Amino acid sequence: MKRLVIIFSALAGWLVAGQSCTKNDQATPGAAISFRRPANFPVAAYNFEENTLTKAGFELGHKLFYEDALSADNSVNCGTCHQPFAAFANLDHSVSHGINNCFGTRNAPPLFNLAWQKDFMWDGGVGHIELSPLNALTNPCEMGNTLDRITATLSQTAPYPELFREAFGSPVINSQRLFKALTQFMGMMVSASSKYDKVMRKENGASFSPDEQEGYRLFQQKCAVCHQEPLFTDGSFRSNGLDGYSKDPGRDTITATGADRGKFRVPSLRNIELTRPYMHDGRFLTLEAVLEHYHAGVKQSPALDPGLKKNPTPGIPLTPKEQSQIISFLKTLTDNEFIHDHRFAEL
Amino acid sequence: MKTFIFRAAFGVSLACILFSCKKTGTTPVITGTGKVNLEFQHVVGSQALQLNTQTYTNANGDDYKVTTFKYYVSNFSFLKADGSKVSIPESYLLVNAADNASALQTIENIPAGDYTGVELTLGVDEARNFAGAQTGSLDPAKGMFWSWNTGYIFLMFEGTSSKSSQSANQLFFHVGGAKDPANAVRRTVLTFPTVLRIRSNSDPDVHIYTDVSALFKGKTTISFAAVSGFHGGANGLLVADNYVNGLLRVDHIHN
Repeated sequence: MKRLVIIFSALAGWLVAGQSCTKNDQATPGAAISFRRPANFPVAAYNFEENTLTKAGFELGHKLFYEDALSADNSVNCGTCHQPFAAFANLDHSVSHGINNCFGTRNAPPLFNLAWQKDFMWDGGVGHIELSPLNALTNPCEMGNTLDRITATLSQTAPYPELFREAFGSPVINSQRLFKALTQFMGMMVSASSKYDKVMRKENGASFSPDEQEGYRLFQQKCAVCHQEPLFTDGSFRSNGLDGYSKDPGRDTITATGADRGKFRVPSLRNIELTRPYMHDGRFLTLEAVLEHYHAGVKQSPALDPGLKKNPTPGIPLTPKEQSQIISFLKTLTDNEFIHDHRFAEL
Repeated sequence: MKTFIFRAAFGVSLACILFSCKKTGTTPVITGTGKVNLEFQHVVGSQALQLNTQTYTNANGDDYKVTTFKYYVSNFSFLKADGSKVSIPESYLLVNAADNASALQTIENIPAGDYTGVELTLGVDEARNFAGAQTGSLDPAKGMFWSWNTGYIFLMFEGTSSKSSQSANQLFFHVGGAKDPANAVRRTVLTFPTVLRIRSNSDPDVHIYTDVSALFKGKTTISFAAVSGFHGGANGLLVADNYVNGLLRVDHIHN
């Protein structure tokens, strides 16, 4: 198997090298690359129809993702808070750490399978993948920049005008092109090669261990309503009872109804082993703490999800053994191929 | 029956004669496309708008000054006397009272013809609010886009009032939102006082008065003690329902 992968990688590398010969062809703004839907995934929400994927566009997005010049003081880039080894979350940071040592209020989410996501940020305030970087770029506590300054800086920084020309046909750099290039990169970040995926797709006889299998059964019984397969989220906004009164309004920031205080976007559980700490404010440092919360820590509030109110004591009763079996299953969602994929690696 | 056919034939031929007379008359058939210049003049009631310096009084009797006044007008449809309308695709204009260049904008590729009015959106339609990264007047770099709750700010009024409880007596009215229950997209019709003639070889001007005071009166009289600052939401709807009928008025046309 390993040898096959090596051969395939070499072949892919050769293909890429072959394509780079066409880089200077002005008529075609970069060779096309394709977005592939994994066999066990639904149709994606973002289809690249108005943002044609090209090798030049994707690689520009890759370079921009790790570009410090996007931040006001050249100190941070997207990858600072979205680290590859943490499935593009921010390992061991409860909240994001922006320029001028400013700490935000929420935990940086991991980045993968974004093409299937309809609402972005913990409160769903951003409704389109292309605009999902805007808040981080301009928030004074994150990258603290303005779009005008970013496009002006890039316009004066080699090789960006040339890279934009390769990607979009002319060297003009505007915010639309910045967002479209970043989206080509982010949209291609597909995590679908975990052990779970291989078991589901029956690849190479992959199978769960007895604990993983039992954990999967428990997961389907107790967790899957919100964390729906295969994306492991239903994309809804719910309160999982972290606080009686949530300091962070969460979804209510957007809906302003009062009824959504303390509701947050249900996060995917894919790569959950890698993305600690957990919850919108990073309050839980381990998966064990998260499972214990569901077992015995859920607090009543008007917004508490009905699914957690079924018993006299809110929450999901789980024996220690059940908790550890669920965690065994959750670890099968770790996608090492994804986090080590050179296409997304730090530059 | 025969009589009927005869009468009908007579009627048709008479109509033909009548129409052909018209056709061969002096009015040439209008073809091609033309453009129109929209000139926005900013006023507060009957006074010219002077940013930063002049103090005005709203319908509630509250004093205020204006520091920022910007708004989108979009999706223009020009109206004909026969009730038909011609929609202009990709017509999104951002007007800024502090920027003279933005107060004079041109719409091109309008089919030549005589128009009696224009229908337009105050703000940006729902589809374009959620369509991904845009450019031109809809570039988020224009500062009329919310990053925390994505969508356009349709109209931005900022100023000060002694009645405001905000820090430094600020007023900030940021109207926006394209989804229920806070959908502030409003469509309005402006009737032209005289016919606008669009021709391929002409350069007509439509002179529009934009009245800041329309934000604070109409359906709801706004008190700055009660409403002094918002980013979308219910207060934005109050203000949008006020200005939909009074913000823009066509004063005159130069054909």
